[in-house]
Amino acid sequence: MPASTASPPTAASAPPAGRRPAARRRRAAALLLLLPALIALILFFVLPLLDIIIGSFTDPEPGLGNYLALFSDGYTLRVLGRTLLVALIVTLVGLLLGYPYAYMMTLASPTTRAVMVTVVLVPFWTSMMARNFAWMVLIQDGGVVQGILSLVGLSGVTLLGTATGVALSMTQVLLPFMVLPMFSVMQQIDRRLLLAGQSLGASRLSTFRKVYLPLSLPGVISGGSLVFVLALGFYVTPALLGSPQSALIAQIISVRTRDLLDFGGAGAMGVLILVVTLIALGASRRLAGTGTAVAAHAVAAGGDR
Amino acid sequence: MTAGDGRIELTDLCKRYGSGPLVVDHVNIDIASGEFITLLGPSGSGKTTTLNMIAGFTDVTSGTIKLGGRDIAPLPPHRRAFGMVFQSYALFPHMTVAQNVAFPLRERKVAKEEIARRVEETLRLVDLGGMGGRRPDELSGGQQQRVALARAVVFSPSVLLLDEPLSALDRKLRQTLQQEIKRLHEELKLTFVFVTHDQDEAMSLSDRIAVFNAGRVERIGTPADLYRDPGTRFVAGFLGESNLFSGRLRPGGVYEWAGHKWAVRDADGLPAGRDLVVRPERLLLAAAPTDVPAGVNSVQAKVTGLFFQGTHQRAELDYGDGMTGCAVLSPDAMAGIRAGSSVTAYWDPAHQVLVTPPTDPHPNEETA
Amino acid sequence: MNARPWLKIVSVLVGLFLTVPTLVVIPMSFSSSQTFRFPPQGWSLQWYERLFTSPEWSTAILNSLQVGLLTTLLATTLGTAAALGLAMLGSRARGLATGFLLSPIIIPNILIALVVFSAFLRLSLTGTLFGIALAHTAIALPFVVIAVTARLQGMDASLQKAGTSLGAGPLSVFRKITLPLALPGVLSGAVLAFITSFDEVVISLFLQSPTTLTLPVQMFNSVTVQIDPTISAASSLMVVLVSGPILLAQVIGARRGKAGRQ
Repeated sequence: MPASTASPPTAASAPPAGRRPAARRRRAAALLLLLPALIALILFFVLPLLDIIIGSFTDPEPGLGNYLALFSDGYTLRVLGRTLLVALIVTLVGLLLGYPYAYMMTLASPTTRAVMVTVVLVPFWTSMMARNFAWMVLIQDGGVVQGILSLVGLSGVTLLGTATGVALSMTQVLLPFMVLPMFSVMQQIDRRLLLAGQSLGASRLSTFRKVYLPLSLPGVISGGSLVFVLALGFYVTPALLGSPQSALIAQIISVRTRDLLDFGGAGAMGVLILVVTLIALGASRRLAGTGTAVAAHAVAAGGDR
Repeated sequence: MTAGDGRIELTDLCKRYGSGPLVVDHVNIDIASGEFITLLGPSGSGKTTTLNMIAGFTDVTSGTIKLGGRDIAPLPPHRRAFGMVFQSYALFPHMTVAQNVAFPLRERKVAKEEIARRVEETLRLVDLGGMGGRRPDELSGGQQQRVALARAVVFSPSVLLLDEPLSALDRKLRQTLQQEIKRLHEELKLTFVFVTHDQDEAMSLSDRIAVFNAGRVERIGTPADLYRDPGTRFVAGFLGESNLFSGRLRPGGVYEWAGHKWAVRDADGLPAGRDLVVRPERLLLAAAPTDVPAGVNSVQAKVTGLFFQGTHQRAELDYGDGMTGCAVLSPDAMAGIRAGSSVTAYWDPAHQVLVTPPTDPHPNEETA
Repeated sequence: MNARPWLKIVSVLVGLFLTVPTLVVIPMSFSSSQTFRFPPQGWSLQWYERLFTSPEWSTAILNSLQVGLLTTLLATTLGTAAALGLAMLGSRARGLATGFLLSPIIIPNILIALVVFSAFLRLSLTGTLFGIALAHTAIALPFVVIAVTARLQGMDASLQKAGTSLGAGPLSVFRKITLPLALPGVLSGAVLAFITSFDEVVISLFLQSPTTLTLPVQMFNSVTVQIDPTISAASSLMVVLVSGPILLAQVIGARRGKAGRQ
């Protein structure tokens, strides 16, 4: 058995410092694989987006005119206010409905949980048009929802063509986006903490309030901010179930783009939504720790992983 | 395969990520063909990085790796022809056991009948004959690791690299597989390079152990040598238990610790800053000072705990001055000793060793 | 774990709220009436007949299928390659590249529609199915990247190392180990890409021309431009076609999960 000393190294066999063939080859391969997607995205998404952003400052004339118009024109201002209000209501009602549901998902047996996940995922992936059409049938004058409302003494409430009807339908359409991030956070919470809390003398309610609620807050923030930004730019539901009198910002963008070809004005509104979206998601990311939208879509794309 | 094929020489091997510290720091090991060598150390000590450099998965920052006298730097990892076994088994889940074992032979374009023959032969070698049709997820953890072993040796590599192969198994299974690995080594006569942080595993399997600490090889030698003469305090602490005293070596063969003066042999010319180590099984206990024989070194201790462990009893000791240790004795030798009592611990000076205290050459690299 | 009764009741109600409203399209589709009256007064199959025989509806279905398949092909190819590339990057570069590839998810569809519409006007891609498919590829890409990445991340990294140590070169490892193991992710990514495209309304609406109406656009127009109850048959078809695969995937997933736990 040889001793633990070795022959001295020959100068030629020592690789020069900084030569890292494996790592470099790997990086080149990675880039090659990524390039097609990156180019496609830049070409068909990023560059046009930049074009619109620039256009919102230059079209029809350079300056902040498009943005000043947003806030000086009373009609647009009212639309903006209505959009914000609807988005807030949809978010709050969604939270109230989604939280207990997501919480129940964590308590359920594996089979029940699979059913509950499916119940969320099916609408998530089910035709947007079909779901909105269904709401149109339900909330029309003389429809089922009106019937139910008149049973509880609220007869003659018009829903189709109003912001209320739009908000009701949007709450249901966007609810999966609320439940999925909350569930993915709640799933991580160690339920023994609740038992520990109770063993330390706290009541069930107070343990929930002081232990579970704070731990589930990242999910609440994620789901809430995601639904809020989705509601801000939502087009299909207001376009189908609303009316010009109850228009939301997305409808105005559509009209300006397709009917008026006013890309500067539409662009300014789009940029406004984009900025609010980025701020909301950025804040949520900072508060909740993860990429909100990505988390929700990851759950949706990968099942209950 | 000719003798000498499986000799691995690591010369001044270094690894540094970016501009960080050296995570492997001038490692020199000469592994003989057919030797079973263990790279032992705590996590982050550089042992796994060293193994990955041998396998070719990690680029070498500087230094050389030679196999059978040839520099293998230009060889990409798939041409190095080392068998490798992973902690996670790394069996391909989309292939059967036989397909897994056949994989390296297929890659080498071995003839079909030859593949079938060698797969079955190798599966029998690891006691899995007839299991070729199963899927990996139908096997137990121990069986999976045996498939991984079979797959890693089926193409007759000259060297087998094992990266903590037993860490994911429970204690009992681990012992069975240790024997299996030992037997495989004896039958195949390959060079085994085994990485682990488990000292018992290292001691019971290896021909030699290289103890890693903070990227360096702290000491290398046979398990018995390292246990008897650990050389450094780190090795003494990592391999087995010790009673360790940080005192001073005085001229004239005297070791001084907390007012005690102990006889030391063969200490001429050693620097004064040495630690003294006594292994627990070398320590004897006396209930009364008068029971201590002449010619031994002794120290007062308080018994803080007594534990019956079947073949022996174990006494936890407190020497005062913040020093604790333990003694392992036959139940007879423990007669009259109770938890909480004061005793005299003594030992034959021939059974003590002096070790180098930690010099902490890279104070910031432990975490790297 | 036992749950309070009120929690169970609320969960059932929310579950019903999520599913039941959509189901009204199914009885609606068998209505004999020209209006959207619910519940229907009489029954017929006329809307299904119209859906498959009238030129405007059958063309819309064909258009949607074409756009959907082209989108699936493009998004799956680009997205799978990109996810494999991402897995090879260091963590910081990976984070940046992932963020960029997934960015279409967080941009409101109305803004994407506006952006694409103005760009395609200039490139003369409006009013072409190819143009719609290109725009759909951008929004479907993230789903493929997510599905494949999830699969790759769940994969033991030492599998590729094992392949290499057993003598397989980079291409061989990719072909025989990485790709087969990533395949389920690729397939679910492809399904999601197809659904994303097949269901997309806003962008298709902006890019529409009389010859490139997709099924969702035709449905949209059938309630905004004219009143055409065929939409109820189309809706039922979409609900069944989309729910089927999702239910199947969930059942298989639950079963596999159960098997894995044993």
